[in-house]
Amino acid sequence: MSSRDRILGRIRRAVADGAPDPAIPRDYLPVHGTRTPAETADLLAAHLSEYRAKVHRTDEDGLAPLLMRLLAERGARTVLVPPGLPPNWLAGADATRVHDRAASTLYELDAVDSVVTGCALAIAETGTIVLDGGPGQGRRRITLIPDHHICVVRVPDQVVDSVPQALPLLDPTRPLTWISGPSATSDIELDRVEGVHGPRTLEVVLLTGPAE
Amino acid sequence: MTGTFMGMPAFPEAAREAVGDGALRANLRRATHTIRDKRARAVAELADWDRLRAAGKAVKDHTLRHLDRYLLRLEESVTAAGGTVHWAADADEANRIVTGLVLATGHREVVKVKSMATQEIGLNEALEAAGIAAYETDLAELIVQLGHDRPSHILVPAIHRNRAEIRDIFEAEMGSWGLPAPDGLGDDPRELAEAARLHLREKFLRAKVGVCGANFMVAETGTMVVFESEGNGRMCLTLPETLISVVGIEKVVPTFRDLEIFLQTLPRSSTAERMNPYTTMWTGLGPSRGADGDGPSAFHLVLLDNGRTDTLADAVGRQALRCIRCSACLNVCPVYERAGGHAYGSVYPGPIGAILSPQLRGTGSEIDASLPYASTLCGACYEVCPVAIDIPEVLVHLRERVAQGGPVTREGIRVRIRPAHGHTAERAAMRAARLLLDHPGALRAGERLLARARRLRPRRLPGPGRAWTDTRDLPEPPPQPFRDWWARERGGRA
Repeated sequence: MSSRDRILGRIRRAVADGAPDPAIPRDYLPVHGTRTPAETADLLAAHLSEYRAKVHRTDEDGLAPLLMRLLAERGARTVLVPPGLPPNWLAGADATRVHDRAASTLYELDAVDSVVTGCALAIAETGTIVLDGGPGQGRRRITLIPDHHICVVRVPDQVVDSVPQALPLLDPTRPLTWISGPSATSDIELDRVEGVHGPRTLEVVLLTGPAE
Repeated sequence: MTGTFMGMPAFPEAAREAVGDGALRANLRRATHTIRDKRARAVAELADWDRLRAAGKAVKDHTLRHLDRYLLRLEESVTAAGGTVHWAADADEANRIVTGLVLATGHREVVKVKSMATQEIGLNEALEAAGIAAYETDLAELIVQLGHDRPSHILVPAIHRNRAEIRDIFEAEMGSWGLPAPDGLGDDPRELAEAARLHLREKFLRAKVGVCGANFMVAETGTMVVFESEGNGRMCLTLPETLISVVGIEKVVPTFRDLEIFLQTLPRSSTAERMNPYTTMWTGLGPSRGADGDGPSAFHLVLLDNGRTDTLADAVGRQALRCIRCSACLNVCPVYERAGGHAYGSVYPGPIGAILSPQLRGTGSEIDASLPYASTLCGACYEVCPVAIDIPEVLVHLRERVAQGGPVTREGIRVRIRPAHGHTAERAAMRAARLLLDHPGALRAGERLLARARRLRPRRLPGPGRAWTDTRDLPEPPPQPFRDWWARERGGRA
């Protein structure tokens, strides 16, 4: 008998005692509070900041100059660019663009200073941005290896209030990365230290105005 | 379960030693109190916490009730998404499967995400025996691995170590595993984390094989979910060519939507955050089938039984399989706080360990027979549990099993176990009590004798009773038996 059959058989015998089969109550809240879109954006900003992400706000006209400034302040000489990133976003940036290619080695990516991406959506109540590899986000590894990640979130289109609101908008067959602040550890005496293996600096740009 | 923890002394001896260690108690007290206060605040933010808790409990119970169906569905979904599913009845089989998969890649190094399941089966030791080096990449697990130590907490495995000890371990050991610690390393957590970053980064960039567990597996979609904070998880799940997940069969949930419950309750219960910094979800090889450099190009899922179906067969004890490994019960437990995780002699310490380990491993060994007693039954663990596991109820149930024996399921077979060794005095006492209570005359005579001889009462009992009076005062017999008092005071009026 295969282990598969053995395990399945044991399970069937184990629950043959008529174990209870509860219905799943879904009376928990779909959202915790009533907010205007502006309040939702404020909450996202507040919660991201609490995790020591740096939050900026701008509009379409201000985006390119802001990204230019953020990269310059960081002293970034190279910036990773996912394939679907709107070209005008980095129109003003001095940093050399490095394109996200399957052929790039990890060591090449490790040498890049910064990465700029969009996101699939953001969740205000938990202070989370979610990437799904869609246009403007690129492969999972490009937001992981460089030490500096700038993520642009369209407000209000891409911001939801809560986790229950977020899941129906996500496609589970895509690789999903949920990010709540920069990489952090609390393993040494429970002191929170930002920056272990992921990017040590996360900057989130809340971009107001409609999608193009 | 195998390996590291076998040969541990039973809980009372191990706990006595730990309680005498002042530094350990101070480290533990500080850590558990910090996290428990933070957790209470994080939970208080959600007005529907009790409803989320009830929903989480129901999802888990429903899944366990139909575990066969959901595992088959999971197998189908993972396979359809380009993954390969393996079934392992016990630790040895799981270790054989993983070792075989690694050897087949031609590589001899793996990077690991922290995983309770792989610790439970002693995977690192099995890989080492096959000439494969397994590198733990979670900072706390790295501290434990470099320190030739054992984890003592589910979430913060090196909770028993303070910063000075960690500095010393890094300085002494990093060099023999790879990049040595920087010169003049201080004991600031920031500096220590930076040293770990440098040490591990070369391993991440080089690794071709990753090994992980999973917090949840979604039957409907085949989606695997790993919660973490440092980014070491993302590294191991993203960069290697081959990814192998070893996951307990109880980690399956029916639908993607069900995650909305646990994404809210797990982080708040474990790290006391609204959300942990990183959560990675992947479904087989994804739509790209790993062809575009986005994640591994081979994915293997090893479904692990190792005592779980036996636990499922116990109507009272099966609720332990609801556990989502948040570790909240450890942080509120007065016994854990003083005794520390090592005393439990298991990868699952604290209250959940006291009910999970004796079920997964059976109560045959001295340590496992002692674990159901490693509690004051204060109930704090039940209050705090995000899936409402009634740990005190299971503890009492397991105590009964240890003391009296009875029917249990071992490796799928219903057997009757004998009372555990060491409970003979208790059983003798119960037999004597039964005899006396069945013979009222003898009881009355005995009580009168006791009342008259009360001045001769010893402070401690001789023989097998001594263990009891080691930690308790022997109660003083009353000046007269209750029955005599009743007969005199109320006898005429009854």
